[in-house]
Amino acid sequence: MKNERPETGGFFQRDRTWQPPAFSPGYKSTVVRSPQRAPVSFGNTLSEITGPVFGRSLLGPLDNDLTVNYAKPGENAIGPRIVVYGRVLDENARPVPNVLVEFWQANAGGRYRHKKDGYLAPLDPNFGGCGRTITDEDGNYWFRTIQPGAYPWPNGINDWRPAHIHFAIFGHGFVQRLITQMYFEGDPMIWQCPIVRTIPDRKAIEGLVAALDMASTVPMDARAYKFDIVLRGRRSTLFENKLEGN
Amino acid sequence: MVQSLPRLKETASQTAGPYVHIGLTPNYCDISGVFPEDLGARMMNEKTKGERVTYKMRVIDGTGSIVRDALIEIWQADAAGLYNSPSEPRGKADPHFTGWGRQASDKETGVFTFESIKPGRVPFTNGRLQAPHVSIWIVARGINLGLQTRMYFGDEPEANAADPVLTALEHQNRVPTLIAPRTGDTYNFDIHLQGEKETVFFDV
Repeated sequence: MKNERPETGGFFQRDRTWQPPAFSPGYKSTVVRSPQRAPVSFGNTLSEITGPVFGRSLLGPLDNDLTVNYAKPGENAIGPRIVVYGRVLDENARPVPNVLVEFWQANAGGRYRHKKDGYLAPLDPNFGGCGRTITDEDGNYWFRTIQPGAYPWPNGINDWRPAHIHFAIFGHGFVQRLITQMYFEGDPMIWQCPIVRTIPDRKAIEGLVAALDMASTVPMDARAYKFDIVLRGRRSTLFENKLEGN
Repeated sequence: MVQSLPRLKETASQTAGPYVHIGLTPNYCDISGVFPEDLGARMMNEKTKGERVTYKMRVIDGTGSIVRDALIEIWQADAAGLYNSPSEPRGKADPHFTGWGRQASDKETGVFTFESIKPGRVPFTNGRLQAPHVSIWIVARGINLGLQTRMYFGDEPEANAADPVLTALEHQNRVPTLIAPRTGDTYNFDIHLQGEKETVFFDV
């Protein structure tokens, strides 16, 4: 049964002991970019509870297929072909339908199509590295891509990023907005990465590791990785002791 | 033992990284042909109601350097104080105003420019009106969890002086970090990530 009324409850408090702290000196870029004063809290107003919604008309037919959305006609991006799928849920374990999910990544050699990426690995002329989709009524999303490569980055003298896909997810409220990275099951590089290690809790890191799902592979085509995303949960307006809509 | 609560934990955040623009503003970083235009580049059209204004924002790090590789998203009410969102219970917002904008910085100056309209007032949790404001979300390399703040309008001194969020700040000497002075039709807003002038960020 679907609740068709607008959702107007405030969001659960964010668990800041679970999220990576702003100041994480192992990831050097955080040192001068981390606020040092405590963030200020107040109860959610409509400015926090509301958020933009995007219609399916936004999407082009190739937006969720990175193997072809930058490729010349008839050609494909180079690399291990994969499907990434999952659900966007909230902390109440309810699906979050009709939200925009955007993703970007390096190519199979670990190189980004970006002026500032000078890594030795070559660009793939058929790979741009960005895509997007919108979750369905049950919070499901999926897209097709190639598995990105690991790459070295300037932090310590020999730090490497594990293979990863960046995700930016809208919820239904502006303060549900989340940006994160998906890693791949079985990659030993995950546990050595200074960016991964900004997350204090091992369970929280495991929540970023997509599971290889052989049952969902496309035979003779692409393996599948399952990556569920959890956004902040919304309080039920059932228990509000004030007029709805504040 | 007690019954279990079937709640999930929020997915951990990770930095947007230095290449965030590939994903969120690909045309800005010369990846053309995938999306027709960068999402959030335009918030309004000629039919939008309200006073046309420009926000010029900068992000400044703890050394005083301008952060050029960040990405900023803003969210605001329309001229009548309504949000263009299904979660807005008070009425229907101006259909010609999205309320949501996304920008990368100018590659030379580091300025983030939003063409928008001045928002109306929105109630606080107790029903008191808040001063007009713009909600801001900042992500970048070196920012592990997107930063939330607000921009208030420098030409609204009375509303600002009565705003429930601004008046509740423990350190009143930090209020000016949230107020953008107006010059002509432009509001200039510098966001200091740390240091003496650190902007007030919110955990809401």
